[in-house]
Amino acid sequence: MDVFFYIAGVVAIVSTIMAISGRNAIHSLLYLILSLLAISVIFYLLSAPFIAALEVIIYAGAIMVLFIFVTMMLNIGLERETEKKWLKPRMWIIPSILAAVLLVNLIFALKSVQTIPSDKEAILPKQVGISLFSTYLLGVEIAAILLMAGVIGAYHLGSQKKKVKHRFLEIK
Amino acid sequence: MKYVFIIAGVLLIALTIAAGLIWVERRLLSVWQDRLGPNRVGPFGLGQVVADTIKLFFKEDWVPPFSDRPVFVLAPGILMVTILLTFAVVPFGPNFYVYDSNIGILFFLGNSSLGVYSIVLGGWASNNKYSLIGAMRASAQMLTYEVFMGLSLMGVVMMADSFSFCKIVEAQKGGWFFIPQFIGFIVFFIAGIAETHRLPFDIPEAEGELIAGYHSEYSGMKFGMFFVGEYLGVTLISALIATLFFGGWLGPSFLPPVFWFLFKTFFFICVFILLRASLPRPRYDQLMELGWKVLLPLALLNLLVTGAILIFLK
Repeated sequence: MDVFFYIAGVVAIVSTIMAISGRNAIHSLLYLILSLLAISVIFYLLSAPFIAALEVIIYAGAIMVLFIFVTMMLNIGLERETEKKWLKPRMWIIPSILAAVLLVNLIFALKSVQTIPSDKEAILPKQVGISLFSTYLLGVEIAAILLMAGVIGAYHLGSQKKKVKHRFLEIK
Repeated sequence: MKYVFIIAGVLLIALTIAAGLIWVERRLLSVWQDRLGPNRVGPFGLGQVVADTIKLFFKEDWVPPFSDRPVFVLAPGILMVTILLTFAVVPFGPNFYVYDSNIGILFFLGNSSLGVYSIVLGGWASNNKYSLIGAMRASAQMLTYEVFMGLSLMGVVMMADSFSFCKIVEAQKGGWFFIPQFIGFIVFFIAGIAETHRLPFDIPEAEGELIAGYHSEYSGMKFGMFFVGEYLGVTLISALIATLFFGGWLGPSFLPPVFWFLFKTFFFICVFILLRASLPRPRYDQLMELGWKVLLPLALLNLLVTGAILIFLK
């Protein structure tokens, strides 16, 4: 089981690096989707099949489609010379130092902290549902309110009156 | 060893049905349109499938120089992979399935949402305005119809108390879910047509206005993958309708369970073809309106009522 975990982990890391360093927007998005799929495999190996499935359905299958949709609409997929100027090698220095500090931290944490055993019994969707609607009910309700705000905002933005008047374009 | 046989069997059945559908669809369409259809190659024109396949294999496999080559080549494969993967969780018979996953329905939904990429990327990589418009329509249509495709199945999940396809079939021994979940069935069926972008919902490829939409630039076996992928999708949705709402392999015991499953699947494939023969294509905004204003509320209502009745009966 551990071998699969490391394979998925390496795929996730490599594809994420490709996603942030690529210059072609659509190719970067494809690597990001691959990275999400690898993370979903890791969730599955950690005996959380429900979360793994939701990761694929919601992140890889719905949100990323919207990203690609917008990228296609704006037609920014092609490589541009200007983007090379935006990403100078000098800009990597501070993030690299910060990331190295985090890496050292992580290595020490892995040595000392107890990790979750990977051969636990699988947590089924039913258990997730029960704990969502009892222990974590407040979180679910807050998320619902947030989504409601999003829906109202989208309705407000989309509810402009039609300006084109033509007998063929009028509905009914 | 047993696994190898089952996987080979499932692949063989799925691919044979999908390839055979090329002939079945053309013959059935011609029956309903009062003409003969392909009847020259072999008995009843059955050799047409082989002839078509050979033709596709030997066509020039052209990748347009203006396309995004890696994505262009990758796109048709995604469709085949996602659909064939889903067949792994569909039970063909009591002991005839590749893997009885306890998240079976979610596995199907995940794969169908990944299948969208095939069309979107295929259309984008072609670098052609008709293909791009087709890809945009496809992404909007499939994203919309996925939402309540999942919601319409939740009633079935609640009644069977499981996401596993095998348990759902076994839960239907007392009666097929098609009667208590009639609204769920209708919504799933319409969403299934939209997901496989078959006529009447073939707006992404609409040959009258977009030439062929997302696969205008494809030729040879790459086009063949889109072509067979569409038939595989039809087979998959029909198999799922049979499994989820019509008792899967359950049936009178004088014939083997696999036969009942294939019979029901084939019946729904014929319904798909009949719909193609009889209904006109709606306009794009009509499709979206039907989705968000009619089908989504219906699916939610079905979910609410099913939940309320199940709690009441407990």
